[in-house]
Amino acid sequence: MAAATMTLAACGQSTTPPAASGTVAPSATVAAAKRGAGDDLKILYWQAPTILNAHLATGTKDSDAARLVTEPLASYGPDAKPLANGLAAEIPTVANGGVSADLTAVTWKLKQGVKWSDGSAFTADDVAFTFSLMADPKTAVSTSDAAEGVKSVVAKDANTVVVTYAAPNPNIYQWGVGTCCYILQKKQFEAFQGEKLKDAPGNLKPIGTGPYVVDTFKSGDVVTYKMNDQFREPTKPYFKSVTFKGGGDAPSAARAVFQTGDVDYAWNLQVEAGILKPMADTSTKGKLLTVYGSSVERIMLNFSDPSASLGAKRGEPDTKHPFFNGPDGKTVRTALAMATDRKTVAQQIYGDGLAGKAGCNIVTGVPDFESTATTDFCNKFDTTAAGKLLDDAGWKLGADNVRAKGGIKLNIVYQTTVNAVRQKTQDIMKQNWEKAGFKVELKSVPADVFFTNTSPDGANHFWADVEMFTNNSDPDFTNYLNGWTSKQATGSANNWNSANYNRYQNPAYDTVIDQLRTEKDPAKRAALFKQANDILILDVVIIPVVTRTQVTSGISNTLKNVVPTGWDSEMYAVQNFGK
Amino acid sequence: MGRYVLRRLLIAIPTLIVISFVVYAILALAPTDPLASFGADPRVPPEVRERIRESLGLNQPWHVRYVKWVIAIAHLDFGYSFMSRSPVMDLIWQRLPNTLAVVGVAYVIGVLLAVPIGMISAVRRYSVFDHLSTTFAFIGFSVPTFFTGLLLIIIFSVKLHWLPFIYDSTLKITSLSTLGDQIRQSIMPITVLALFDTATIARYTRAEMLEHLPLDYVRTARAKGLKERLVVLRHVLRNSLIPVVTLVALGIPAVFGGAIVTEQIFRVPGIGELLVRSIGQGDTPVVAAILLIFATLVVLFNLVADVLYGVLDPRIRYS
Repeated sequence: MAAATMTLAACGQSTTPPAASGTVAPSATVAAAKRGAGDDLKILYWQAPTILNAHLATGTKDSDAARLVTEPLASYGPDAKPLANGLAAEIPTVANGGVSADLTAVTWKLKQGVKWSDGSAFTADDVAFTFSLMADPKTAVSTSDAAEGVKSVVAKDANTVVVTYAAPNPNIYQWGVGTCCYILQKKQFEAFQGEKLKDAPGNLKPIGTGPYVVDTFKSGDVVTYKMNDQFREPTKPYFKSVTFKGGGDAPSAARAVFQTGDVDYAWNLQVEAGILKPMADTSTKGKLLTVYGSSVERIMLNFSDPSASLGAKRGEPDTKHPFFNGPDGKTVRTALAMATDRKTVAQQIYGDGLAGKAGCNIVTGVPDFESTATTDFCNKFDTTAAGKLLDDAGWKLGADNVRAKGGIKLNIVYQTTVNAVRQKTQDIMKQNWEKAGFKVELKSVPADVFFTNTSPDGANHFWADVEMFTNNSDPDFTNYLNGWTSKQATGSANNWNSANYNRYQNPAYDTVIDQLRTEKDPAKRAALFKQANDILILDVVIIPVVTRTQVTSGISNTLKNVVPTGWDSEMYAVQNFGK
Repeated sequence: MGRYVLRRLLIAIPTLIVISFVVYAILALAPTDPLASFGADPRVPPEVRERIRESLGLNQPWHVRYVKWVIAIAHLDFGYSFMSRSPVMDLIWQRLPNTLAVVGVAYVIGVLLAVPIGMISAVRRYSVFDHLSTTFAFIGFSVPTFFTGLLLIIIFSVKLHWLPFIYDSTLKITSLSTLGDQIRQSIMPITVLALFDTATIARYTRAEMLEHLPLDYVRTARAKGLKERLVVLRHVLRNSLIPVVTLVALGIPAVFGGAIVTEQIFRVPGIGELLVRSIGQGDTPVVAAILLIFATLVVLFNLVADVLYGVLDPRIRYS
């Protein structure tokens, strides 16, 4: 199974982002503006939804299937900014008085006259209730991180909600916007708070305010929806019903949209570019829908010592990697980065812009935050120069073509998930790195084992020298970047559960993140994001390889008004879909 | 006979307990983690994952979980799925009709085709029909189902656009046209599976028939002046079918287990698909329940096969 399953997406720089925040401009071709004029919308996900309460979701598939029914206050649009297409009447800002000057309180005005699909009125109470579910540790919801640091969410009146943060929060839309915060009906879930939430019938058939209502749900197979007669926009949705089918694999999902035309929307076509491109190019039935976000396929370098000989100390944050973290550490890391051929990977494996492009930054997707200081460093692909750099530092080639110094050989174990695209990338890396004098042993682990804190073969233990996978961020990168601070270093003390798998520990970097926690000025924040990014890249903690498209789906040629966003669910504007 | 069956049933209980223990132990020791899907998701930080782990009861040691599970099973409570938070039995009941409609029908078709094919092949040994059926049988069990499945999809769905390759489990058969839809969407998976079943059973039937045809009792029957038809059908076929019936009975539990590969290819939401996905996601309650039910069926149908053997072959006596 391919990785990067549960991802928020990022904003387009490939195409000009359509429409600024506020509204998604309906394209001129919108069909007869009449609710239910279309018949059945067929959506195909090769992972099947298993639960329709997004707060208990275990993946994008669940969250996306829930989005047709339940909605957040606002969505993240293609420009990474909040978009008032949900329950909020407008986006609160400091300028319109919705956000307090000290960035602690956000006042959300809700749309008037919104009804739940059962006909009852939607009020601010439902919003406050949803927050209380998320904040209750006993419910153990997977979205609870958004409630972290939120002091309260209070219904001021029926149409006003005030979100108060415990401390000034520059990430002011943390609670309420996007996939974190689909609003549930208080009436439906009131009796199922705390541990009882998992038994709620509403998990399989939620009542919502969205454009569709669950008709039948077969967990792990298919959801069918009917249009919601109570939906607040009288002309939407266009489709009378939706079939959200799950299962199978990505290549055959691509076939279903491009070759047979069996479906209107096929999600996440993670297929090798060499297969996907001809299929999409020659198709008379469908086309590829892509947009960039913050997803970056990166190579991570281990700063701790993963040697098995260390026994219980293996990979702990207080050990030092023999050559990535010694006196020559930076030189060796730099040589590895110089021997990394991201252009070939982007061209041959990601189709040169089809599913990804050569990338150099970890903070990417928001033009204001994108650093250019790293460009020269990344363009320096040269295995000979990398070899020379090592030579000069005393790492001499042995008879076995592997460089060594003081009895330490540059032997690298390189791990990633079992995935054709990743394994091809590994081959290209190995070839070049070995030219520079490293010896590379490749290892691949099934994704279900790799992304765990419990397995010694997992990304968290990182008992290898380098590892590769994709990750991404919210539009505010603070929490994401926090994952490389010293106190986040993963180890047995935190049950291998912290975010800093590299075990990178640099006080200068920690300071930048501390500043980000309090800095309110947008321009200064942007500078800090760049600064953090540059440290990680130029100190070679991470070698970014490819900036991947966040959305890589196929849609039928007849499907209209699909504007992808890289920062929210792909279904964030499903009410606009038409034919 | 009754005592024999009772004894066998009593022996089955410790067998099933051992099987359940092995299944649970393997699942517990496997590196798969039900929380792996949160792996690279920055929005589900460690504390949240730990909280979810606790809410699933995964913070207890696995032998404690095993004992709790066995006690629940004794009350016929198969627990809740980690992924869908719905009762495991609901998931299995939802999927059983699809599995029976595809894998079961394919098995029935396979048996119905295989016996006559095997019989005719044996009686008309080395005829054109025998050569054809032999060739067909070898193709049937040597070409893997994922290959035949893809081949059919490319020919009949992609090129000819005759048949859909996404199985619609919401289809309700209410009229002739919906019946037609059901047939259209089932043809390809059923063909793929029936091809394999037919091939195996036909070869078996043919071999058994060939063994019996030259025997003395057949010659006696012919010498009595019986028609060849009667000789073949009443004497040879009947005796040859004894081991075939056993084989067929032993194959029935496998129908329940679904067809993992074929279900995946055609997106048939059957039990095989549920099993393989649940294994991947570390959804222990679902995997353990399916495997336990499967094991129970295997034990039961072994008994059924043995009993049938005694009924069909009077020489065998159970005591």
